[in-house]
Amino acid sequence: MSPRLAQAFGLLPDYLGWHVLLSFSALVLGVAISLPLAVAASRSARLRWPVLALASLIQTIPSLALLALFYPLLLALSALSLATFGRGFPALGFLPSLLALTLYSMLPILRNGTAGILGVDPTIREAADGVGMTAGQRLWQVELPLAAPVIMAGVRTAAVWTIGAATLSTPVGQTSLGNYIFAGLQTENWVFVLFGCAASAILALVADQLLGLIEKATRARSLPLLLIGLGGLAGAVALAVTPLVVQADRPAAYVIGAKNFSEQYILAELMADRVEATGARVTRKEDLGSVVAYRALASGEIDAYIDYSGTLWANVLNRKDNPGRAEVLKQLTAALAQRDHVTVLGSLGFENAYAFVMRPDRAKALGVTTIADLAARAPGLTLGSDLEFLSRPEWKAVESAYDLKFKTKRSYQPTFMYRALADGEADVISAFSSDGRIAADHLVILADPKGAIPPYDAVVLISPKRAHDPRLLNALRPLIGRINVATMQSANLSVDRDADKDTPAEAAKALDRQILPSP
Amino acid sequence: MAGAAIELSGVEKRYGGHQALADVGLSIEAGTFTALVGGSGSGKTTLLKTINRLVTPDAGQVRVLGQDVMAAAPHALRRQIGYVFQEIGLFPHLTVAENIAITPKLLGWDARRIDGRIANLLGLVDLPLDVASRMPDALSGGQRQRVGVARALAAEPRLVLMDEPFGALDPLTRDALGTDYRALHDRLDLTTVMVTHDMGEAVLLADRIVVLRQGRVVADGTPATLLAETQDPDVRALLESPRRQAERLQAKLAGEGRP
Repeated sequence: MSPRLAQAFGLLPDYLGWHVLLSFSALVLGVAISLPLAVAASRSARLRWPVLALASLIQTIPSLALLALFYPLLLALSALSLATFGRGFPALGFLPSLLALTLYSMLPILRNGTAGILGVDPTIREAADGVGMTAGQRLWQVELPLAAPVIMAGVRTAAVWTIGAATLSTPVGQTSLGNYIFAGLQTENWVFVLFGCAASAILALVADQLLGLIEKATRARSLPLLLIGLGGLAGAVALAVTPLVVQADRPAAYVIGAKNFSEQYILAELMADRVEATGARVTRKEDLGSVVAYRALASGEIDAYIDYSGTLWANVLNRKDNPGRAEVLKQLTAALAQRDHVTVLGSLGFENAYAFVMRPDRAKALGVTTIADLAARAPGLTLGSDLEFLSRPEWKAVESAYDLKFKTKRSYQPTFMYRALADGEADVISAFSSDGRIAADHLVILADPKGAIPPYDAVVLISPKRAHDPRLLNALRPLIGRINVATMQSANLSVDRDADKDTPAEAAKALDRQILPSP
Repeated sequence: MAGAAIELSGVEKRYGGHQALADVGLSIEAGTFTALVGGSGSGKTTLLKTINRLVTPDAGQVRVLGQDVMAAAPHALRRQIGYVFQEIGLFPHLTVAENIAITPKLLGWDARRIDGRIANLLGLVDLPLDVASRMPDALSGGQRQRVGVARALAAEPRLVLMDEPFGALDPLTRDALGTDYRALHDRLDLTTVMVTHDMGEAVLLADRIVVLRQGRVVADGTPATLLAETQDPDVRALLESPRRQAERLQAKLAGEGRP
């Protein structure tokens, strides 16, 4: 077996366990909420329309957005609960994923439930009244048994949707089979992407077949078939979730976070290795969005991750000025400690700044060496950016400082952004200065004479609750000031290059060996 | 008075602009077999359903066995009244035995009493014992309605309401079932109210015929007195139709029999 496939199988018990636990809980909760609602909707025409319309509306929200929306909502609720009851709850991970998927699972159950109950022959309903059943007895003894096959068909649809959408809970910090897909897409590890897709598709098929058996049992009114279906379902869920239960017996782990690009994966692995070397258990929460990552750290849901001084300066402190690299770091350290009790342990020693990058031939032909030169040519050019950049304050700052007006602007996954630059689809891209592909492809970084882009020192952030945790601090402190930009670029390239790729874990091991010795 | 099993007074029912029942008063004695007859839209089914509260009147009072039907919960009332209707309404997910057992079960009878009752009822409605374990869709139309009658009688009601019970059956089955039911009615000393649009059936089975038109009682009496006394031409025509039909049939058959 190839090492990548072996690695993928190694991660399967954890990913699959969470995926099954999450989907199954969401489905159970979805049925528990939707069925009573469907009964109510079948009783009252006035209720039916708004309930079904609302469920359909929820379905039109892209599932990723629905998952993302629950994070700020839960964060606000948690803050409120902290203020009123003195207890907050985690706003990242399982809870937002569970709630979003539950909402997502509701439409087919509601729709089929209502249709199933309304579809019961009115003469049967009259007979139920005529023999002296109460409304409740009629529901349980006649309407629900007769509507059961239709309701089960809805549950089946909901299960398949939920299992598919659960892959999207990865970016809100919930481990799922989506971890393969998101990490694989970022590092162009197609084995991982395919593995994640296949695993989630097989899971959906198995769930569909088991629920199909139960549906068949309700249709044929066969108790043995029903027991086989229910037993199979219970057995499959128990089997998948067992690894999580075994894990939960061990002591609480340190949680290392990472945003969604290669450098973050490598540095998270590096930090995790260092902490694991002390004998502690570490879990990783990867693929977090920029703002999500910082909030998660400030609220203690992750214990440490790497961020960049300029990002925090502009996005967290909302500063637009640029007092210089050392001053930014100093003020940031003080401000975060004071405001959020977040510790900036120090800079790793390199910058990963936003940089405007062009192919050398194109830059030469247009006579562009600085962003100021670029501004003059911009109306005829296409800017390629990553998914975040155009909505970030840094872009607003550069845009207004140089009065940049591009013909078109396109957003890409970072990997595809470089492809776009290479084949001329984009003339200039917003790259990261520590990206190994800049040196490897001999790309030109445009100078920033006005200093519009703030400095981006890679800094280690520690959560408030671990601010005085000697094990964590001692494990990470040796990394401070020990990684220069060339080392980071080559580590990034080893993961991002097209052929002979390393996994982030392998790159982290290699990087660890190259780290400059302590002075 | 042997006691009125059912008493209606001043019963009104309106559906939107349509007056389904207008000031209906009726007293039905225990042990009688009454047919409610009328054209479609005459209010006969609505009237029947006010007795077991499947329809609630807008005004007036309905008393069953001396009790105002509005005084107790509708399901409690219905458990002591048998109800048979044209569509039969057997529960398709339950066996014949389970269908018959439904009201006794709701009343909390013990299992042995229910089992005995099922066997007894299948005999009464002239069905073999082995249909007990079958599903309703495995029965013929006539067998199904026999099960419908058995289900209505299961909890030993004193009162049975029938809404065109034999209307969807073929003539032979219909005749047999009607006759069999009338025999049961006498044997079990039931009070039966049957809605029908078939005057022949009404004349053959009922002790008393109540004719409705546009929500009002227009004629009421035994078949013989009605035919003798009624002045209303419509009612006369209605009452005479089975006899005229029989005469025409006889004449035709006699004509064809000639060499």
